[in-house]
Amino acid sequence: MTNHWVDIRNADLIIAMGGNPAEAHPVGFRWVMEAREHNDARLVVVDPRFNRTAAVADYYAEIRTGTDIAFLGGLIHYLIESGRFQRDYVLAYTDASLVVREDFGFEDGLFTGYDADNGEYEMDTWQYEYDEDGHALRDPTLEHPRCVFQLMRQHYSRYTIDVVSSVCGTPREKIQRVWDMAAETAAPDRTMTFLYALGWTQHSIGSQIIRTAAIVQLLLGNMGLRGGGVNALRGHSNIQGLTDLGLLSDLLPGYLSLPSEDEQDYEEYILERARPPLVAEEVSYWRHYERFHVSLMKAWYGDAATEANDWCYDWLPKLGEDLYDILHTFERMHHGEINGYLCQGFNPLAAFPHKAKSTAALSRLRFLVVIDPLRTETAEFWKNHGEYNDVDPATIDTEVFRLPTTAFAEEDGTIVNSSRWLQWFWRAAPPPGEALPDTAILAGIFLRLQRLYQEEGGAFPDPILNLHWPYRRPEEPSPEELAREYNGWALEDVFDEDRNLVVRAGEQIEDFGFLRADGSTACGCWIFAGCWTEAGNQMIRRDNSDPYGTGQTLGWAWSWPANRRILYNRASARPDGTPWAANKAVVWWNGQRWVGNDVPDFPVESAPGGNQGPFIMNQTGRGQLFARDRMKEGPFPEHYEPFETPIADNPLHPDNPLAKHNPGARVFEQDRENFGTFEEFPHAATSYRLTEHFHYWTMHNRLNAIAQPEKFVEIGEALAEELGIAKGDRVRVSSKRGHIDAVAVVTKRIRPLQVAGQTIHQVGIPLHWGYLGETKKSHLTNTLTPSVGDANTQTPEYKSFLVRVDKL
Amino acid sequence: MRGEQINLQNVIARSASQVPSPQERTGGIDRVTKLIDVSRCIGCKACQVACAEWNDLRDEVGNNVGEYDNPLDLSPNTWQVMRFDEYENEQGNLEWLIRKDNCMHCAEPGCLEACPAPGAIVQYANGIVDFNSEHCIGCGYCVTGCPFDVPRISEVDGKSYKCTLCSDRVFHGLEPACVKSCPTGSIMFGTRDDMLDLAETRTDFLRSRGYDNAGVYNPEGVDGTHVIYVLQHADKPQIYSDLPEDPTISPMVSAWKGVTKPLASAAIGLAALTGFLHYVTAGPKEYSEEDEQAVRDDEARQRERESGEAQDNREERP
Amino acid sequence: MSLAKSDPYLRRYSLGERLNHWLVAISFVLLVLSGLPFFHPFFWSLTGLFGGPTMTRILHPWIGLFMVLMFAIMAVRFFKESLIRRHDIQWLKQIDDVLANRDEKLPPVGKNNAGQKLVYWIMLGCIILLLITGVMIWQPLVGEAMPITLRRLASMGHAYLAFLAIITLIIHIYSGIWVKGSFQAMVRGRVSKAWARHHHDLWYEEEMEKERKHREISRRHDHSEQETP
Repeated sequence: MTNHWVDIRNADLIIAMGGNPAEAHPVGFRWVMEAREHNDARLVVVDPRFNRTAAVADYYAEIRTGTDIAFLGGLIHYLIESGRFQRDYVLAYTDASLVVREDFGFEDGLFTGYDADNGEYEMDTWQYEYDEDGHALRDPTLEHPRCVFQLMRQHYSRYTIDVVSSVCGTPREKIQRVWDMAAETAAPDRTMTFLYALGWTQHSIGSQIIRTAAIVQLLLGNMGLRGGGVNALRGHSNIQGLTDLGLLSDLLPGYLSLPSEDEQDYEEYILERARPPLVAEEVSYWRHYERFHVSLMKAWYGDAATEANDWCYDWLPKLGEDLYDILHTFERMHHGEINGYLCQGFNPLAAFPHKAKSTAALSRLRFLVVIDPLRTETAEFWKNHGEYNDVDPATIDTEVFRLPTTAFAEEDGTIVNSSRWLQWFWRAAPPPGEALPDTAILAGIFLRLQRLYQEEGGAFPDPILNLHWPYRRPEEPSPEELAREYNGWALEDVFDEDRNLVVRAGEQIEDFGFLRADGSTACGCWIFAGCWTEAGNQMIRRDNSDPYGTGQTLGWAWSWPANRRILYNRASARPDGTPWAANKAVVWWNGQRWVGNDVPDFPVESAPGGNQGPFIMNQTGRGQLFARDRMKEGPFPEHYEPFETPIADNPLHPDNPLAKHNPGARVFEQDRENFGTFEEFPHAATSYRLTEHFHYWTMHNRLNAIAQPEKFVEIGEALAEELGIAKGDRVRVSSKRGHIDAVAVVTKRIRPLQVAGQTIHQVGIPLHWGYLGETKKSHLTNTLTPSVGDANTQTPEYKSFLVRVDKL
Repeated sequence: MRGEQINLQNVIARSASQVPSPQERTGGIDRVTKLIDVSRCIGCKACQVACAEWNDLRDEVGNNVGEYDNPLDLSPNTWQVMRFDEYENEQGNLEWLIRKDNCMHCAEPGCLEACPAPGAIVQYANGIVDFNSEHCIGCGYCVTGCPFDVPRISEVDGKSYKCTLCSDRVFHGLEPACVKSCPTGSIMFGTRDDMLDLAETRTDFLRSRGYDNAGVYNPEGVDGTHVIYVLQHADKPQIYSDLPEDPTISPMVSAWKGVTKPLASAAIGLAALTGFLHYVTAGPKEYSEEDEQAVRDDEARQRERESGEAQDNREERP
Repeated sequence: MSLAKSDPYLRRYSLGERLNHWLVAISFVLLVLSGLPFFHPFFWSLTGLFGGPTMTRILHPWIGLFMVLMFAIMAVRFFKESLIRRHDIQWLKQIDDVLANRDEKLPPVGKNNAGQKLVYWIMLGCIILLLITGVMIWQPLVGEAMPITLRRLASMGHAYLAFLAIITLIIHIYSGIWVKGSFQAMVRGRVSKAWARHHHDLWYEEEMEKERKHREISRRHDHSEQETP
């Protein structure tokens, strides 16, 4: 979240789109209710289903799954053409005025530079025009035909309300109503928040949907203000912590990134990432990349990391692919290229798309280690569970090991929530039986590997032998030790630019500003610097006081970065340093420094009036309407159909098959063959979670099982009537990749849509229930889903696919 | 973990009891009320689970019958359920009405009225109506007494069960478990006056959002309830899974309980007494000497006739 | 040959009838004792007779079933003699004379008087309805399956019917005490002829007639034996 849970109460308009917060985040949803009650806010839901959030919403609009870019692109068009955007904000705080290269273009659904053979873009043209200092050209009048604003205006000019209605299936009047409500928040004293979750991310165009929302928020001047922002509601309780700590295949902790195989040179690696400002005087905070990187390497390798060996740069793995994501990994496993798998905190058989492929892939492994507190379907992928897992164990040679680990309530530690708060918690009960914390299991594996390398040698032993392992009990590093390491400490005395001693050797650092690139500091995750200082554990703080009445509660737990609660909060003030509106103020200039109810996201002594923009992590200092070369499928979000779409063409580009689906998406050959067509599978399906369950865990819990005992699918009344299905009937839902059986919930809450001149029915499929646990046995929903991901993140397209429904 | 459930010192009304329970010591005891604002409910069932957790209830794992409701109904092990209704309003807009269904804790409890077991159902000074399972005999009369169809009889122990409004928690100054768990503030708890006041505030809010018929459900027929609803459509409570429009203790129950029973009991005693007095005044009904004489005469006559006949017979012999 | 000495008694109830009656009577009393506590808390302590309140609740319907079975047999046995005749109406009209023991003014009475017949019919009606209503509220076997309105109706009906039956029972028992000799009649099965003549003169006549015929037949029989050398 750019803002945080409590801050939702400051919003005037809440749009729940691509998420169902009442269903999936009922506890945080209280702040939505707060906003409605105490801030006279309106709640709008745009979703394929009239869901639990819609049950308490002020307005609901239906939409075809996977068409959010069209809906929001139309909103951009409407805001620009009606002039209902916050012009001062856009001019000062976005890149609207920057001028784009002349050879950049967009034609027939494709941006310049498309390589149809490889399905990839050359992104050279997706750049601003720069002067000799490397600074982008600007046109403060926004009239230049190639300024970002005009290009964007032109790009979205095609997204008229009729086109949007035809693509999304949303009735015109409903679209207009939602757009009007959003447009009202262009006023400086009104803000809108977007609450989204997997309903946006799990599409082949997921990242671009979120970018479209960000563009809308920039146009409306809603970024950095109370009650604004683009707010991702994270699904697992610590999934934010997972990304923060770099558990994705291409990341290092703190959103530092692993080098690719072309980046064998340390200097080049740093130069590529330590980004200089593209507009004069901008902060461009990633300039300090090396400080974070070197401190990380000092934390990992201790004395072994020296300037002479480029801080052990050679020991870092270099990526041969953009991402070693789950789809990629299972594709390789499927081809026999991976034959051992340590599966920790994951239930891929149930959670990954196209179960048949997952089963085939796991069956080719020599060994599978499952580290989990529960019995998982993955650990029993080889076991025949009748029709629900119809495999022949005799043909599967995979040896499976199960290592029982602790559940979240059985260990101390910290969880990072969607608000980026690190909240320390204490275990509620000791773990049962032989269960060990994950850290102990990993430490055990590591120490055994290290011993084997020591005793028997082996290829490239250095990173293993030299790993810094300073823990009191090497076999089980404590959460406290790890937290202190993430915060970082000084290895030598640290001095500021004026040679004043600011941190003594051995002391915990106060924030990442004290990190150095000379090896004098160690820090396991730079954005966490400040969580465990010399004053102790900041994450255990539970001071709920709120002196400004803004909900920031700076004394409650600790929020990265630097205990800042609202990102980009400099944007809550005008360029002259005064708040846009008193009721939305976060920080302001008091004549000497930036002060306010939050930690300023800006150099605190940098006076207004200079050139520095509020988006200090961006090279332009500005909100990026134009994504330059950072997105695989283009600098402006464009609507592309899901890989399984119920209509024949992309209505925006009916004549260009290359622009039917995301042209930047990676599709494996076999997966492409497994896409179904709407002739055979006519209904658009979407999968989702229910409040009563958490993924596949709570199937094991009696109370959750009681609350929602059996697999069901949701079918609109019109489709049910067409198919002769009554409430409670058993139905078979099939896709090209398999079928599931479930009970039909026939509902008024899913309506047929008029899309591109035809009637489209949507089918809702909760993903819960499997063949283990206390609930009724069932097929796994991901039997149905297609194996294709978002072009940037490779998050699978669980939210849009095609099915057929038959009454059993 | 549960606390001590039945607190006998605070009982103000008790089933099947002729003499009043303690009515003094009421100073400082406010009646409590649970306010359920249906318009804020997202149907997450946290309250349902919290109820089961606190009260140590584990129902059977059921089936899906084509709706979100589960468990489908109250049971001895499910003291509250969420009921979902898809309702198309006058403007043709869809509303998903989700009502938490549980004991209403009536000011005039039909269950307590109907119960024949002394002390099996009690009402505390704070208004909570509680079942004392120790005294319950499992006759099911509470079921017939309840206008809201709440109590359920266990097949295991034959006793009746229902929501206690977490009386054990409330005695220790805590809110009921469902209230504690509600993420949206749809369930609130406090003194009756405060909750009625809050309900009005909530109703005003709903009216300001276009629900002209928003209102409070606190039915007069049972002298008000200690669980009240804020409804978007208070004029049509039946659209909320058949919430009764004007619940009262069934006249059949009143006709059978109420004054009838003491009167009938007295009548039984009186009948016996009347018999006795009749005996004293009219005396026993006996046959008389006359009857004996008449019988003797009859028999004598008979004998005569018989002997005569015998004589004749002999004489007739040749 | 000797003239048979006349029997001063008439047999009013056979052994089977008496056993039947007393089984009904005992189970009925048990039902009253186990039912009254649920009727009114005044009688709650009666549950102590049955092993506590819950046990009383459990036993009551089973005793009821037994009673119904016994009563059914009895009802069949007594059906014919309980049919209401014209003279019964007259008897009822003169209930004042009955109560005031002015028996001489009463019309002739058969084996049962109109009061006894009324007891039969009231009990028959009550017990059929008590059975139906009782089954409807039988916990836990049936009650839960019944629609709530029916259960309410049945609960109310069961109580009212029981009240009616108890009042009838009290009258019945009192009549047994009041009318001297009737208790003995049901215990020993016989009544004095005088008693019969007084209270049930038509029946007395019938019985005397039967006795006469009986003797006639036996005498003839004796004769023929004597005549057969």
